[in-house]
Amino acid sequence: MTNLDVSPNRTPTPTPPPKSPIERGAPRVSKLGPVAWGQKNLFNSWFNSILTVVLLLLIGNFVIGTLLWVFSEAQWAVVTDNFGQFMSGLYPPEAYWRIWSMLGIIFLMAGLTWGLLARHQKKLLNQPVLIGLGAIALFAVVLPLTQPHVLNLIVCLGLLVGMALAGQVIGRKIPMAAQLISLGWFLSYFAVLYLLNGGEVRASFLYLVSRVVLSLLVGWQLSQRVSIPALPPWLTKIGLFAAGVVITYLILWYLPYTIPGLDFGIDNVRTSKWGGLTLTLLLAVSGIVLCFPLGILLALGRRSKLPVLRGFSVAYIELIRGVPLISILFMGQVLIPLFLPEGTRPDRIVRAVIGLTMFSAAYLAENIRAGLQAIPQGQTEAAQSLGLNKTLTTLLIVLPQAIKIAIPAIVGQFISLFQDTTLLSIVGLLEMLKMTRNLLVGASYSGDYVEAFLFIALIYWIFCYAMSYGSQRIEAALNTDLR
Amino acid sequence: MTQSEMPRLNVERSMTPRDRSGNEAVIVAQDVHKWYDNGFHVLKGVSMNVYKGEVVVVMGPSGSGKSTFIRTFNALEPYQEGSIAIDGIPIAHDLKDIEAVRREVGMVFQQFNLFPHLTVLKNVTLAPLWVRRWPQGKAEEIAMRLLERVGIAEQAQKFPGQLSGGQQQRVAIARSLAMQPKVMLFDEPTSALDPEMVREVLDVMRNLANDGMTMVCVTHEVGFAKEVADRVVLMDGGVLVEENTPDAFFNNPKEERSQAFLSQIL
Repeated sequence: MTNLDVSPNRTPTPTPPPKSPIERGAPRVSKLGPVAWGQKNLFNSWFNSILTVVLLLLIGNFVIGTLLWVFSEAQWAVVTDNFGQFMSGLYPPEAYWRIWSMLGIIFLMAGLTWGLLARHQKKLLNQPVLIGLGAIALFAVVLPLTQPHVLNLIVCLGLLVGMALAGQVIGRKIPMAAQLISLGWFLSYFAVLYLLNGGEVRASFLYLVSRVVLSLLVGWQLSQRVSIPALPPWLTKIGLFAAGVVITYLILWYLPYTIPGLDFGIDNVRTSKWGGLTLTLLLAVSGIVLCFPLGILLALGRRSKLPVLRGFSVAYIELIRGVPLISILFMGQVLIPLFLPEGTRPDRIVRAVIGLTMFSAAYLAENIRAGLQAIPQGQTEAAQSLGLNKTLTTLLIVLPQAIKIAIPAIVGQFISLFQDTTLLSIVGLLEMLKMTRNLLVGASYSGDYVEAFLFIALIYWIFCYAMSYGSQRIEAALNTDLR
Repeated sequence: MTQSEMPRLNVERSMTPRDRSGNEAVIVAQDVHKWYDNGFHVLKGVSMNVYKGEVVVVMGPSGSGKSTFIRTFNALEPYQEGSIAIDGIPIAHDLKDIEAVRREVGMVFQQFNLFPHLTVLKNVTLAPLWVRRWPQGKAEEIAMRLLERVGIAEQAQKFPGQLSGGQQQRVAIARSLAMQPKVMLFDEPTSALDPEMVREVLDVMRNLANDGMTMVCVTHEVGFAKEVADRVVLMDGGVLVEENTPDAFFNNPKEERSQAFLSQIL
């Protein structure tokens, strides 16, 4: 406490060092133990006590009844016998190793990403993480559902942890790793598609994408590292880049066909056999990844001053939003082939993904536009006064802040999209819900609908909650102005 | 500014006026008129020349158009009649000219307007990296030097939300200085600050003036005007009422409106 001294001649005394909280008279924070809390809040009066007891009995009855039912009366055979079909539809069982490889790739990339994102953390495997992993492993071993596949699941968990640790090391050594991981996910998407589809490697879409990526990389590196003094620098850069891209691409394209014995591949599995959780995830991920940039473009287009762009964006958004998703999916199945050249018949799954994407993009555009409107005018003024043009202002200043504001709405739309995959049963795709309903038609499982639907409800819930939790973590990381 | 709002222009690049010491005029504003969309005549034929190295303080009651006037200098506000040229570049139809002007004019706002999603260092290096296309090392080195000059080098990795108002405004000043502008505009830079923080920001501005920067400040800080300004300008009702040295202006205001204004603030 300082001396309030009025006389002008006294030099002020320095403030004494701070006292302990008790001496300072800090507010006493008392933390009640559970018993004391219970006494204070639940049993403090006769009415509250009776209400507490009644509610506890009801809740207890419900919970215990459910648990008893789950462990004794329920016929889980529908789930355990058909686990493969819940997970991957009508996929031939002899090709299940491909599904497991897909899972392995996903866990590998997830582990790498986790390690890269947490590269500054001192100890990645701290107690909560270890407990979580241990619990999952225990579940896998104990549950009769997963017992046959325990080995595969443990290998996946091992991949996750191993790659996470590797990712930390890589992240600390190579600063570019964070950008390259997106490229990794991009390539693994096509690797997963190839594993599902099969066919010759050299004719696959995965190889096409890899060719393009490699050619671009080679061209880029060539233009950066080699210089021809005789020509002006811009000409060498463009020329070397183009040369690198074209030559690498041609070599990679023709080489497998000229060297004999490079026609290996795996058996083709038709898309009509894809189904279950695998198909649901494929549709949802494709839809989410594609609709996000389209939504951003539409939102910016709607706010643009150019009349054609704005007119088109408004027309798109209002038309698509005014129609139910099912009708868009039906129209997609019929109309999309009409827009493409004669003879091409895009796969049913492609048409479904296009329909989902177009639908979600319209809603996303409005969510992002809400975020754009929340950016104060001063931000664009500051950016313009620094000399940034409209494009740079939007890309560097406005969009990052707008998307951060719109994250709750955007993630809500993604969760909706995930659950809208169930509607695709109407256009003939065997996603998880339709698969379940098909299984319940047979005589042996016809009464077990509660078990089956509870099971897939749990799966849907896990994925939707994972998205929700992920978005909370992203928001916490981005909340730079509230630290 | 849309095509219809552009003024008819006639400032030639070679004919910039000079003051008595031979300094070139950095800002040449002649007979500028502006109407808001609702028809309100906010600038009624204002003319002002700002010469290199000068510090001009613009004062006036609220609603006098002083903020609007200085915002026309970097094309944040369009104007309908008259002509404005910065460093010989006219502000008119041509978008390229406007972008060139904005590179040479730095502005500090009342509400700081820092970019909250970027660190302090990134706030300062953003424009030099993307507009002047400097390499990363050069941009960061100049940014750190500027942050030291305004006294917050140790906050370089913090986010604007973690800084006090005075610190944020100093970052804003450093951010504008990073583009090495020819003239700095200050739009009531200390009006949103507590008295203790007002002093630290005014100190930075004083040092900037002593280093020879051309500055136009809209402010109510009479002390700052008396100490640092070369010229004080009074605006009222969209008209430039009086223009004089600080001594003459504060001690011997000529116009009646100046006397009325000064009697309120002094």
